[in-house]
Amino acid sequence: MRTRGAEFGVGMFIILTVAALFFLALRVSGLLDSVDKGGYTVTAHFQNIGGLAPRAKVTLSGVVIGRVTQISIDPKRLDAIVTMKIDNSMNQISTDSTASILTEGLIGGQYIGVSLGADDSMMKQGSEFDNTQSALVLEDLISKFLFSKATAPDAAAAPASAPAATAAVAAGKSTF
Amino acid sequence: MNAIQRLGRDALDRVGGIGASGIMLARSAIGVPSLSGFGLFTHQMYRVGVLSLLIILVSGLFIGLVLGLQGFTILSKYGSAQALGTMVSLTLVRELGPVITALLFAGRAGSALTAEIGLMKATEQLASMEMIGVDPLRRIVAPRFWAGVISLPMLAIIFSAVGIIGGKMVGVNWLGVDEGSFWNSMQNNVNFSDDILNGVIKSIVFGVVCTWIAVYQGYAAKPTSEGISTATTNTVVYSSLCVLGLDFILTAVMFGGLS
Repeated sequence: MRTRGAEFGVGMFIILTVAALFFLALRVSGLLDSVDKGGYTVTAHFQNIGGLAPRAKVTLSGVVIGRVTQISIDPKRLDAIVTMKIDNSMNQISTDSTASILTEGLIGGQYIGVSLGADDSMMKQGSEFDNTQSALVLEDLISKFLFSKATAPDAAAAPASAPAATAAVAAGKSTF
Repeated sequence: MNAIQRLGRDALDRVGGIGASGIMLARSAIGVPSLSGFGLFTHQMYRVGVLSLLIILVSGLFIGLVLGLQGFTILSKYGSAQALGTMVSLTLVRELGPVITALLFAGRAGSALTAEIGLMKATEQLASMEMIGVDPLRRIVAPRFWAGVISLPMLAIIFSAVGIIGGKMVGVNWLGVDEGSFWNSMQNNVNFSDDILNGVIKSIVFGVVCTWIAVYQGYAAKPTSEGISTATTNTVVYSSLCVLGLDFILTAVMFGGLS
């Protein structure tokens, strides 16, 4: 009877482990998503991919239609080439669509957003996005902004008004 | 002169001990695949694995709860509380699952194995087995060794799963992280073969090391009550040190880009 109890316990232990492993595989690592469900691969060239990583989602109107599978450098053009796999059901993407790298939330992960074009020919296996929009890099934006400020004709006026505004806020009279 | 002699003898003893434990591992590990040994193995699985389940479940749950709480307070400072799922799951699956399970296992099951085998030696049960022609390495050591090696990865998997559920309880149900983004960020960032399987490989290595140390310490214990208590302490100390040291090496090889 004691061995029977032990066998039952070990059996429960094994069942529990298998259940936990399934939980980790399906719920935590999303293994089912990465199972090859078919689809066609398309590529896109980007000047700068920012923080895009493999397995990032590809969306159309915010709905996931595929995943990024590979990111590498094109040895001829010396820019980033992103390979992505699009679901087979999404065969209505015209060849002049734009692929842009977008950011989820303020500092969330980056993904690819597809905005449709108007051409009649559709994307298929091995096609390439002609129009792409690189990731926004914060430092570039700031330096562009500062540079345009410095070269603007009223460059002298902007710094002059800034201390006055700060003083007004400090005095509690106004807010930004 | 005496001190130098003692130092040399100590060093020789230690190297000899490593060799003896290796020989013992080889001789006992070979002896498992016999059908009559399966009942012994099941019984040891019950004692080593199933009886450790409770401590693994409870500590896994609480570690998950703490991770959820700490992660939430840190991540919400940077406005990225939705990354909580990634943080909790990667921490548990890669590091805390295998390591804490191995440490608890050394304390809960390893010390018991050492004490049991040590007492068998002190009461000359092992010697009498040899007298009647039963190899104690096969009869006593092998089932315990394999039970430890197999049950530690299983416990680590359960630990990680329970911990993630605990992290979800705190993050989603109490602190109000969005459930969809909790699971979604987890699934986007956890890779089955890179993260989960590497964690399982880690815990298999820890299982071999912990049980090996426990079984050898018991087998080589001085057959006195003091000797058994020293061996039990040594099991826990050596296992913990080996697990933490090996963890660094394994992490460096698996995740640190040192390959």
